Amino acid sequence: MTGSSSAPRVVLVDDHGLFRSGVRAELGRHVEVIGEAEDVGPAIDIIGQLLPDVVLLDVHLPGGGGQAVIAAVKQEHPDVRFLALSASDAPEDVIAVIRAGARGYVTKTISTEDLADAIRRVADGDAVFSHRLAGFVLDAFAAAPSPADVKPSFDPELDQLTSREREVLRLIAQGYTYKEIARELYISVKTVETHVSSVLRKLQLSSRHQLTRWAAERRLT
Amino acid sequence: MRHRGDGQPLRRDPQDRLLGGVAAGIAAWRGFSPTSVRIVLTVIALFTGGWAIPLYCAAWLLIPARDAETSIGARARHDSAGITLAVGLGSLLCVILLLAGVLNNNVVATYGWPQVVSLLCLTLIWRNAPDSEQEAIRHLVEPLESLSTGGGQTRRLSVIRLVVAALLLAGGLGWLVESHEKLSYLAAPLGGVVLVAGGLVLLLGPWWLRIARDLMVERQARARAEERADMAASLHDSVLQTLALIQRRADDPQQVVQLARAQERDLRSWLFEGRAPGEFDATSFGDGIRQIQRDVEARHGIPVEVVTVGDCPLDDDIGALLAAAREATVNAAKWSGASVISLYAEVEPDTVEVAVRDRGKGFDPDAVPGDRKGLAESIHRRMSRHGGSAAVNSAPGEGTKVTLRLPRTDTPAPGPADGTGEVQGKGRRR
Repeated sequence: MTGSSSAPRVVLVDDHGLFRSGVRAELGRHVEVIGEAEDVGPAIDIIGQLLPDVVLLDVHLPGGGGQAVIAAVKQEHPDVRFLALSASDAPEDVIAVIRAGARGYVTKTISTEDLADAIRRVADGDAVFSHRLAGFVLDAFAAAPSPADVKPSFDPELDQLTSREREVLRLIAQGYTYKEIARELYISVKTVETHVSSVLRKLQLSSRHQLTRWAAERRLT
Repeated sequence: MRHRGDGQPLRRDPQDRLLGGVAAGIAAWRGFSPTSVRIVLTVIALFTGGWAIPLYCAAWLLIPARDAETSIGARARHDSAGITLAVGLGSLLCVILLLAGVLNNNVVATYGWPQVVSLLCLTLIWRNAPDSEQEAIRHLVEPLESLSTGGGQTRRLSVIRLVVAALLLAGGLGWLVESHEKLSYLAAPLGGVVLVAGGLVLLLGPWWLRIARDLMVERQARARAEERADMAASLHDSVLQTLALIQRRADDPQQVVQLARAQERDLRSWLFEGRAPGEFDATSFGDGIRQIQRDVEARHGIPVEVVTVGDCPLDDDIGALLAAAREATVNAAKWSGASVISLYAEVEPDTVEVAVRDRGKGFDPDAVPGDRKGLAESIHRRMSRHGGSAAVNSAPGEGTKVTLRLPRTDTPAPGPADGTGEVQGKGRRR
């Protein structure tokens, strides 16, 4: 994995050619776009060949959606990192692609600088939460676990957010940057990143009813 | 009798009709009163052994309506699926009549057979008549339709009705056979008819099944087409109109962004919350927050990023919280100079919290100009009147954050995880 020293190598996967060329033109200064694909099959092939640092992945793709790409690539190349990008904010779409293994989610209305920043973060192994995703996660992990969660195998370590994690997510949902969050909560940026990564882990591994139901609506288990 | 009516050629009159408007048409053509024509037709129908009904249906099919170019029959000629269906239904009726004919020859022959023609005509009319005229036929076949489409309660009732009808038929049949002293007297023709009918069913059965299936597929296709037409209409009213506006105002980036934002919001609430574009009716706290977003974006042209966590129904206190949140958001839009405002709302089991934040120029809360202080106080006062609190954090150059907090006093909310999930996850169809 390349560190933050050199520009991250990126593959774009999106079925809208116009959007691909737009992103490629805008990101050219910040990252190295080494390949593009517009479909699930070709995307899996090209990612396997090029082994980029980050795949910028549209949630909605013909032939299975973004999570199909993640699932296939993760089997052979667990090191490739994915940043999901979508115009859709349906919670089940977002949660499903995160649970498939994406390390972050941003909306297509994001500014170029923020997108480049998000890509760099994902390349460095951090998690990237848009304010909307933070809202969904707070919703899904709402304070008291529902009865459907508690019964069989409730794991407080995995199925509940700590109050600190909730605070961080709340500030992300209000549009704070990591730096601003660190200042607000009197912690270091590194600690903010740790909290977000830990939330991402819980999001991917938890068996909470809400999460599994959202994911199930996209036929993903 | 050359007493002419309106001097027009014979046309059906769909305006003044009981069924197809044939009687009204004849009345207008000949200058009689429609009621007397109807009475005469009914009397004729009684004395001609049922042949008036198919004649009426044929007239319905072949005489054009007054305001139409062609007759229904002319259109039906190109409806091959309809012709197949008509012939299929007709042959089915023939089999039934054949069976029934053995048991009670006279009545069935005089009243039953002509109705094969009626059935053919009505089927073609039903498939090819304009919507308004189809209503009349739908009235006639409603009981049959309820058999196949009625859901739940009605379907169970239909099943009971079917069972009772079958019992009655079987009983009547048995009684009929019994009443003849010699069974063989009836058995020979009856057996013959059963064999013929069985043969016909074997021969034509698959074809009838296919017709029924085609009919169902066609009905589904029609439903889909209607749905698509609805969607096209909605998209036209919203998206296409906005795109046209954007093209015309391409030289004003501010306007274009505003239009695109408003359209995006509309489309989102349509796609993900199942609300028709343009329709907006705040029934919950979350709706109220989104309403603030809409209004501020529309009026001040500044994007408002909304995140809501959980939701709860509206009441007086929540209404006051929304009013304070609106005040704070409008303030930020007017004074902060920020390019985007963040509006965050969270419903927890015991509190409701709203945070309005901007990265604008900020101010020193201790030295604010009078007008802004007044607004801040109106927010404070409003919140404390309803048992809540408001906090304003700001410093010059640092942006402003207004936090509103309201304790929840109402009856225990539905389990937060479930309730919120319902609100956030609904309205998505795949």
